[in-house]
Amino acid sequence: MRLRRRRRPSGHDINCQQAVSLVAAYLDGALAPDDLALFEAHMDECDHCHEHLRQIEATILVTGEIRAEDLDPLAREDLMSLYRRWRDDRPVS
Amino acid sequence: MVVIEEHELVARLRAGDETAFSNLVEQYHPAMVRLALLHVRSRAVAEEVAQEAWLGLLRGIDRFEGRSSLRTWLFRIVVNRAISTGIRERVHLPVSSEELETTDGRFSQDGWWVQPPEHWADQVLDRIAAPALVARVRELIADLPPLQRDVVTLRDVDGLSAVEVCSVLDINEVNQRVQLHRARSRIRAVLEQEVML
Repeated sequence: MRLRRRRRPSGHDINCQQAVSLVAAYLDGALAPDDLALFEAHMDECDHCHEHLRQIEATILVTGEIRAEDLDPLAREDLMSLYRRWRDDRPVS
Repeated sequence: MVVIEEHELVARLRAGDETAFSNLVEQYHPAMVRLALLHVRSRAVAEEVAQEAWLGLLRGIDRFEGRSSLRTWLFRIVVNRAISTGIRERVHLPVSSEELETTDGRFSQDGWWVQPPEHWADQVLDRIAAPALVARVRELIADLPPLQRDVVTLRDVDGLSAVEVCSVLDINEVNQRVQLHRARSRIRAVLEQEVML
């Protein structure tokens, strides 16, 4: 209890749960200036929430790694012939 | 800048320019298949859905006015088609685990940490591309409730903006953020398990 009180940032009103709930908006740059100030003040003083923010950032980076998939050459061929058919059927404008 | 490029791209597509189409396919097709796969069971069906979306794009290209980006438009077609195909494909949708969603349990009633996070962000950052981690995240995303799955895939895998995702999925900004928050929290929890093993 004492520990949590000591960690409680002074001079502003948001608690850890509120700070955590603002993380997505913060990362989108979508916090209103007042909320942003509260959020940043809280982050400056709370190690736990700061670590949480870093974990969410790490989470986003790992999720982004799913991406590395190349286009299947067969799919490309199919799509190119789809395009050619569409082009050839097109009424001349 | 982007708008000009896109106008030009659309003009080239209308004119039958194969290179323009090929570039577009290269850029978006894998993401479209991935998006479709969130709703349909097999890769083959997902490929079909994506292909239908391309056909939809071509058929509509003369009417395209650039109010949304080509990407947003394409992805929206994919989502709509994939959802209707997915519903036809299985009689029962998996029970949404949304109800199981609990508020973390890590905060006290007055909102301070009860169980402060262990510090592991750095460990994950050191092995961002580790196949085991990435595979685990991929599995988890497949198990998320449908909307969370779509939002986190579009945002964090494919890198769409919040505005684009709202438009693709036809949801409002608040809902988008709630879904994203939930999905990321779950992925975060899985990474924690993996790292703390």
